[in-house]
Amino acid sequence: MPAVPEKLQMQHLAWRAGFGASPAIIEDWTHKKRRQVISKILAGPEKDVQTPLKVRDVSDLPDRNKMMSPEEKRELNKMNRQGVKDLNLQWMNEMVQSEHPLREKMALFWHGHFACRTQNVLFNQQLLQVIRENALGNFGELLTAVSKSPAMLQFLNNQQNVKAHPNENFAREVMELFTMGRGHYSETDIKEAARSFTGWAYEGDGSFVFREKRHDNGQKTVLGKSGNFNGDDVLKILLEQKETARYITTKIYRFFVSENLNEANVNKLADKFYSSGYDIGALMQYLFNADWFYDASLIGTRIKSPVELLVGLRRAVPVEFEREEVMLSFQQVLGQVLFYPPNVAGWPGGRNWIDSSSLMYRMQLPKMILYEKEFNITPKEITPEMGMGSYKVTMELNESVKKQYAKKIKGVINWNALLKDYEKVPREKLADAIAGSLLQANKNVSKQVLENYADASSRENYIKTVAIAVMSTPEYQLC
Amino acid sequence: MLILNRRSFLQVGSLASASMMMPKFLKAFEKDNLAPPGNKVLVVVQLSGGNDGLNTVIPYRNDIYYRSRPTLGIQREQALSLTDEIGIHPALQGLKGLYDEGSLAIMNNVGYPNPDRSHFRSMDIWQSASASSENWTDGWIGRFLDAQCKGCDKPVQALEIDDTLSLAMKGDLQKGLAFKDPDKLQAAANDRMFKELLGKENSGHPIEDDHAPVDYLYKTMGATMSSAGYIKNQFKAYKTKELFPATDLGKNMQTIARLIMSDISTKVYYVSHGAFDTHVNQLASQQTQLKRLDEAITALTRELKNNNRFQDVVIVTFSEFGRRVAQNASGGTDHGTANNMFLIGGGLKKQGLLNDGPDLVNLDEGDLQHTVDFKSVYATLLKNWLGADDAAILKKQYEHLSFV
Repeated sequence: MPAVPEKLQMQHLAWRAGFGASPAIIEDWTHKKRRQVISKILAGPEKDVQTPLKVRDVSDLPDRNKMMSPEEKRELNKMNRQGVKDLNLQWMNEMVQSEHPLREKMALFWHGHFACRTQNVLFNQQLLQVIRENALGNFGELLTAVSKSPAMLQFLNNQQNVKAHPNENFAREVMELFTMGRGHYSETDIKEAARSFTGWAYEGDGSFVFREKRHDNGQKTVLGKSGNFNGDDVLKILLEQKETARYITTKIYRFFVSENLNEANVNKLADKFYSSGYDIGALMQYLFNADWFYDASLIGTRIKSPVELLVGLRRAVPVEFEREEVMLSFQQVLGQVLFYPPNVAGWPGGRNWIDSSSLMYRMQLPKMILYEKEFNITPKEITPEMGMGSYKVTMELNESVKKQYAKKIKGVINWNALLKDYEKVPREKLADAIAGSLLQANKNVSKQVLENYADASSRENYIKTVAIAVMSTPEYQLC
Repeated sequence: MLILNRRSFLQVGSLASASMMMPKFLKAFEKDNLAPPGNKVLVVVQLSGGNDGLNTVIPYRNDIYYRSRPTLGIQREQALSLTDEIGIHPALQGLKGLYDEGSLAIMNNVGYPNPDRSHFRSMDIWQSASASSENWTDGWIGRFLDAQCKGCDKPVQALEIDDTLSLAMKGDLQKGLAFKDPDKLQAAANDRMFKELLGKENSGHPIEDDHAPVDYLYKTMGATMSSAGYIKNQFKAYKTKELFPATDLGKNMQTIARLIMSDISTKVYYVSHGAFDTHVNQLASQQTQLKRLDEAITALTRELKNNNRFQDVVIVTFSEFGRRVAQNASGGTDHGTANNMFLIGGGLKKQGLLNDGPDLVNLDEGDLQHTVDFKSVYATLLKNWLGADDAAILKKQYEHLSFV
């Protein structure tokens, strides 16, 4: 097998550990030691201001209480929905602009792993912060913080998990989806773990509270260990299981490396993860430094998720949209709306992203955005989770959303960076250079094809139109 | 003798004239692969948002019904009477006509164990046909495609009339195709650059090996492009004569009617209607939605009858859940559980009310208890109507019912 060119390797790293990087950065990386580049990617910029993403304060929203009239509740729900939209857009922007893209990429992974739906914007905001803060930290700490977040406690019904009536949902999902995966515990383990989590709850303001009176203080046996366990004890026991390290690294492998598992390499990652005491940063460092990570068979084989596609596109060509909400519409028609995972298992990913319509939209997307074409696609009726007893008027929402479509996408497109990237490339090599830096796989995108769709009236127009053409190919869906 | 293979037939046969010129024996010969008249077709109508089943099929002799719904209950004299016990919503006049002529069946109390009252979760359960404790990433019609369509060069066996594709239509290997307007689909897929990229692959050699993701993408692109042209040609071949309502559902039903009447090999059509999430002021909004449903279905059935195709088509409706028995304080109803399904067609083996109406006495915390698993309805349609291996598709053997 021919050796993978250094430039392609660095582009591979930039895409897998982030959302792609400009030719200038790639060029810089190829002159450095790989190990140093990776350390820098993990550490982020020197002055890494880890600003929490915040769209609402507690004081911005009225407290939900039983005395509220249906109109007041409706108003509150509306405020929450708008808040979640704002949070979505702010996070998208962070992914586009962040100087520490690996953290956002990792957070995106955890956002799917710890899949959760809540209509409360403050709960969403808090959980997102937990995930971003701990994205490259310690998995045990991340797991604990997520498990104590009001969003997750609410979503998995632990408010209802009390000594007199244990609710197993939380314990089941923690074991099945967050730590060990199916097949490594019994139904009895779940029941016993659920008893241990009794009393884990949150206050009206979202702060975690342990309600001792509702906690089952008896003896429990979980995965062969016995004691008067509480929730923290159970999480500790779950982390002691090697299966947990294996389950998490398998998912990380699928997300960062390939859908096709290489057992030997997954085992190496799992061992490393377990022996490090679940250090996520160390795991990623080991992964990105492994020679097999740059194997030709892995490069350009990952289907970008809709969010990765959109962020990558905006990183390549910065656009300031007149109506930023258009990002939400794109997420919707392409099948990945942040904060609305399809179910507790998160987005399935891989080939599940692709069907006839979604592929056509993906390939039309660069033209729609960069030529300001009309966007005439209506997503499915929107019925986000509203929970029992809420009185959201879905019909009104749907009507207003429908009106948003069939509008032109307007924005200020900043081509400067892209034009500068290629200023030293001679005209006859431009098409290949642009394709070479925007694509990680190439089947049929040739200079000859691109020439046919390029505007050759000026060098500037040529670069722009070739870039748009390259981004409108099946190959651009891959990284 | 000239034996047309499937692909060259489709290329020729996509022109109506060529299809009509075809000798009869050849049409018979094609019967197993293609879709000659007589092809059994299923039209799935999803009522999104949770349609209130109790105000759709109304138990107007039941006091509990009126006690639970002091202002929402529909009076006996307003309901369209089916039997002494049961009537249907006054907006469903066309369906009442279909009932009277023996082309409508109603399955009551359909649901599943451990019902989930979240829209998105319950809809996924209905679309994937999983148990409520499982999360499946493929849908029941998609898996029908997987079983039906090995080696198909055009994924047109199942079509969704919408801009985006539902989970129900996604198989593990094959996926259905979604579009609202065949012309727009063709315009999008017929991009010159896409054609040129496809290059060699377009010249009648679809990519067989899609192991590499890039090949999978090219294969999907190629299949979409060839299907788009094929669908558009089929669509052009027939124009409806009935008046279809100008609603979204009406237009979508008209598209379905035109395609059914063509030679297209589609077995399943999927279309969504609604917002049925009637937490507030239900009376007016459900009336509007059901009227649109009734008018669109009526137009489709008339078109089918006029063309002697009604006996080849079954229309089935479902919603992700029914609603609570008792009305709420806002003139609406909240999320519930079991619901009814309509089955419409000229070829039903059983008509009318297929089982007893809901039991309003034995509720589960205020909700109806299901007596029929929806997967049994799917199994029956798959096995008895579409001739497919239902146990493989549903990954379990469910009881077969006898309505088709």
